[in-house]
Amino acid sequence: MLIRKRRLGEGDIPSSEITPYELYLDRRRFLAQSATLAGVAALAPSVLFATEAQEDERTPYEDITHYNNYYEFGTGKEDPAKYSGDFVPRPWVVAVEGECSNPGTFALDDFLKGHEIVEPVYRMRCVEAWSMVIPWRGVRLRDVILRAQPTGSAKFVEMTTVLRPAQMPGQRRRILPWPYVEGLRLDEAMNELTVLATGIYGKDLLNQNGAPLRLVTPWKYGFKGVKSIVKMRFTSDMPENTWQVMAPNEYGFYANVNPGADHPRWSQARERRIGEFRRRPTLMFNGYGEQVAHMYRGMDLTKWY
Amino acid sequence: MVLKRRIRLFKAGLWILGCTPLAWVFHRFFFGDGLGVNPVAEAQLWGGLTSLTFLLATLSITPLRRLTGWNDLQKGRRLAGLFAFFYVTLHFSIWIGLDQFFAWRYILEDIAERPYIMVGFTAFVLLIPVAMTSTKGWIRHLGKRWVTLHRLVYVSSLLGIVHFFWITKADDRWPTVALMVWAALMSIRAAWWLKSRTHPARARGIKKGLSGTPERA
Repeated sequence: MLIRKRRLGEGDIPSSEITPYELYLDRRRFLAQSATLAGVAALAPSVLFATEAQEDERTPYEDITHYNNYYEFGTGKEDPAKYSGDFVPRPWVVAVEGECSNPGTFALDDFLKGHEIVEPVYRMRCVEAWSMVIPWRGVRLRDVILRAQPTGSAKFVEMTTVLRPAQMPGQRRRILPWPYVEGLRLDEAMNELTVLATGIYGKDLLNQNGAPLRLVTPWKYGFKGVKSIVKMRFTSDMPENTWQVMAPNEYGFYANVNPGADHPRWSQARERRIGEFRRRPTLMFNGYGEQVAHMYRGMDLTKWY
Repeated sequence: MVLKRRIRLFKAGLWILGCTPLAWVFHRFFFGDGLGVNPVAEAQLWGGLTSLTFLLATLSITPLRRLTGWNDLQKGRRLAGLFAFFYVTLHFSIWIGLDQFFAWRYILEDIAERPYIMVGFTAFVLLIPVAMTSTKGWIRHLGKRWVTLHRLVYVSSLLGIVHFFWITKADDRWPTVALMVWAALMSIRAAWWLKSRTHPARARGIKKGLSGTPERA
């Protein structure tokens, strides 16, 4: 007998509330067209951006929410959607620690309050050679960092996922050394592209996507995007990120998307965009070189993978 | 007559069992979830898991027969083995045709440079002569050498498990289970082999037709 399993989250959001993908496109097209009509010179870059973004078709919401690497909820791609139902993302508290003048423990709303909401559409390239295009919603990490006021000795920022084995079944087994830790160099964290996301397609993040707060660095492999963040710590030493601790010869600190630096076990030259059949070539820095390449000038990126 | 019908039923059951994974994957693709968000990756994983399962099932037939004394089991060994080969071939074809889409440059580079692909590819290649010589004619033709040649399955299945370990990122549960099953099946064989060296007659089994020679039916 075949029983169709009810996917977690399916009942929580009526499908009528999810913005249809076509509507989203139309809105962008409308914005782009009106900007062109107005002929406002200042808007020209955003028009260009809109055109460029349309070449990257947004991945459907259903796919973004049902194909996840979030080992805290299981190692299967659909496990996070299936087994994250017990997770309680609110109320939420974020601790700011380390080398900064304004440390403290903040309720999520206070932590985000006053920062400009941004809604960037980014390509996301997983280290496993698949990719998506995700319309995020969140705040710039830069704004958050400026409020924390890191001291002169702060060179890195380390971010940690919540540890809740009772709500996260994957954490009951030591697949990885929990809790999950990631980090960025301070200039990477301050980059205009770096976002702390709270939503996808204009809706609050679902548990499987890292609710209520996660990191997004689109020029790096997806595993840098630490989820359900409870701690931000400014350090002078390079943080040890979880996958690097797990397998130092396979995963580095920087994890910049680089088609020329293969993972020791598989090629990074090409990727499969979710929804597409043929693989497409992977772009250096996932195509964001213009915004980020300057940070790595003079560095051997096959050594600092 | 009754005996023959029982064997025929057993083989029919095996055919159904052997075709079930294929029927299931087609059903999932056309009437179910369409193999999920990344169908190519899912199909590949399915092909690999199914072939390894059939390979280990084939390897368990002889030990099971000797432990249970149910000699008819042996009559299904060739069929089970050929199903394993069928699914390995499918797994390989999915990689070439769907995953890589005949991008030979990348395929050859992968076989040469990626240890896990090299090992998986070797496991597949080793099974080709085994599958080819599974006919009655070849069994007769090769005689004792047939048994030796078909021991390649021991090596091939181990390489398949190594391949499984090397593609896994962190969660080694299933490759570990596969390795434990393989090790158990090999230990039984090793124990019997040792016993046959000390007590050749007794280890051969109490009943007729229990030697390691292939089925002749």
